[in-house]
Amino acid sequence: MTNRLRRILQLLTVTLLLSAIIPGYAMAQGSEPTDDEVNAIAKQLYCPVCENISLDACGTAACEQWRNIIREKLKEGWTEDEIKTYFVDQYGDRVMAEPPRRGFNWLVYIVPLLVFIIGIILLYRAFQIWRSPEPEIISKKNSKKSADKSTDEYINRVEEELRKRSKG
Amino acid sequence: MKKILLWAGLVFLLLVLVVGLIRSQQGQVGIGEVAPDFELISFSGETYQISDFRGKVIVVNFWASWCEACKPEAADLEAAYKFYEPRGDVLFLGVDYVDTEPEALAYLEEFKITYPNGPDLRTRISQAFRITGVPETFIINQDGIIAHVQIGPFRSLEEIKSTIDPLLDL
Repeated sequence: MTNRLRRILQLLTVTLLLSAIIPGYAMAQGSEPTDDEVNAIAKQLYCPVCENISLDACGTAACEQWRNIIREKLKEGWTEDEIKTYFVDQYGDRVMAEPPRRGFNWLVYIVPLLVFIIGIILLYRAFQIWRSPEPEIISKKNSKKSADKSTDEYINRVEEELRKRSKG
Repeated sequence: MKKILLWAGLVFLLLVLVVGLIRSQQGQVGIGEVAPDFELISFSGETYQISDFRGKVIVVNFWASWCEACKPEAADLEAAYKFYEPRGDVLFLGVDYVDTEPEALAYLEEFKITYPNGPDLRTRISQAFRITGVPETFIINQDGIIAHVQIGPFRSLEEIKSTIDPLLDL
């Protein structure tokens, strides 16, 4: 019983020590944010000055300023959502790598899906047409068969006649 | 019924694409066009509604602190503002495009700019003027019509005056 109690106490002590040593995920206000923390938010934003380049990979002076703003806001204890909202309020929806789902922005999400569905339907219908034989071809094939048959009969008759003549 | 819906959808998608293409090909608001009405809230908190200033010549300059090409004209614009200020019939407005406030304020301080300047919030003003970069300057006459479009910086104070003077009763 005493051993068990001692073990529990040891475990508790180790847990307390570890929690004191390892930094928490929530960043304390005023502490310096790391580059990774800044870039985690920066990669969700796009620089409107240079097209199609996310903020974390952009080397312009404007992007550098923006990353500094993210750093400052993180230092002040702002959350990721608060920072993104700030950028949208300042510079508009187009700074977001993933546009907010509202108004005309919905087209970005709906149009590709619609095009994909229409494409699948068109492909399905095309495959159906390719698989089923065309009635015209069938009738042509049948007529060809009957033509072959009649030609065979004719040849047989000619051969028969030739045989008769050669005998005679 | 299904076919009608499918066609209506396709026509709608095509329309969206066409409108998008036309808009992307339009370029800036041009000379002779009515200037877009906009509201600018300056860094010091005053609100400027363009339509309230009919009867005045308005100089709208788009700039940014990260824009190297904006710097050479900054002092000339301030000099032009000082030159026309006593007359009271020319309004200078600086629109700070996708910038950060501390750097923008430092820029205004560096070039000792005193005419009203404010951020282009949500890039609404630059989108209305369909600017293609900074610096760009639009000069609007007393009737609210675009009289001059300057792509890139002004080279001198004289160049700025030569675009404004013809619009004024001198």
